[in-house]
Amino acid sequence: MSANVGIVIVSHSPDVARGAADMVRQMVGDDVPLAWCGGAPGGGLGTNVEEIIAAINRAWSEAGVAILVDLGGAETNSEMAIEMLPDGQQSRVVVCNAPIVEGAVMAGTEASAGSSLEEVRRTAEELKPA
Amino acid sequence: MIDPDLQRRLIKTVAERVILHTDELVALDRAIGDGDHGLNMKRGFEAVLADLDKFSAMPLDESLKGVGMALVMKVGGASGPLYGSLFMALGKSLPAQADRAGLAQAFAAAVDAVKARGKSDVGQKTMIDVLVPVLSILKDAKSDLPARLCAAAQEAATATIPVRAQRGRASFLGERSIGHMDPGACSAALMVCAVVDVMEGKA
Repeated sequence: MSANVGIVIVSHSPDVARGAADMVRQMVGDDVPLAWCGGAPGGGLGTNVEEIIAAINRAWSEAGVAILVDLGGAETNSEMAIEMLPDGQQSRVVVCNAPIVEGAVMAGTEASAGSSLEEVRRTAEELKPA
Repeated sequence: MIDPDLQRRLIKTVAERVILHTDELVALDRAIGDGDHGLNMKRGFEAVLADLDKFSAMPLDESLKGVGMALVMKVGGASGPLYGSLFMALGKSLPAQADRAGLAQAFAAAVDAVKARGKSDVGQKTMIDVLVPVLSILKDAKSDLPARLCAAAQEAATATIPVRAQRGRASFLGERSIGHMDPGACSAALMVCAVVDVMEGKA
């Protein structure tokens, strides 16, 4: 298991999530646990709590997991997913308030340096809209 | 007292009412959002109807939590966790023998859960603008239940029309969100009126 913080990308669109993940992977190779999900339960644009939980577990790292989201429902569903994790995991997963593509690349790069979850979040959030 | 038959009719009527108004909710959400509210709610409540036998047979508090969880898992938009939190908190806070005061207390906890989940409050053009006036009537022991609840919920939903949205996708539109009813306020009023219709023997 990687000691680096994991990154999860949650978009309404599976294409956006996959594309953003490809860009992170290009920057950091296999140094960072990375997972993505997108699309509503049963298809169409939206996000899926069950898939977010699964993505968090795929990208799980003892150092924690940073989630990058696109719009409202992705954030709300990600927060819901975190609350449904076992107690020991909950406090080690954060949703970053950052643009999804740039935030994921910045967070991934920071994570690949072995930074803490808080440092990864802060770096991603340097990009947040004013 | 809510017996298993009444419980079944409540869940079924609320679910069917929301599904019946799918197109209206889609149209409202298309005007000021991403247009998916109706379809998301339909998917969520179809999942509830698929488990209607199970939810009807459970104790009411467990049933409400189960309905909430189904919405969380199946809706696919922010309204899933929002309505899911409402139902789950209602189930969690409902006293074993719920009289009107007990129901009001549980509904207050449910509204608080929605506020926390959506990081929102009254006046921001959301479902909370309907839920809060409904709560006020439940709390007021003198008001005539359930007759006033549906009218109050509909009035509150209509009152979101001139408001500028401050939460959700509609807030991106700024001034252009003015002049449209909030889809979440509309779906909340639909559910309140469905419950009222069952309690009054009209559905």
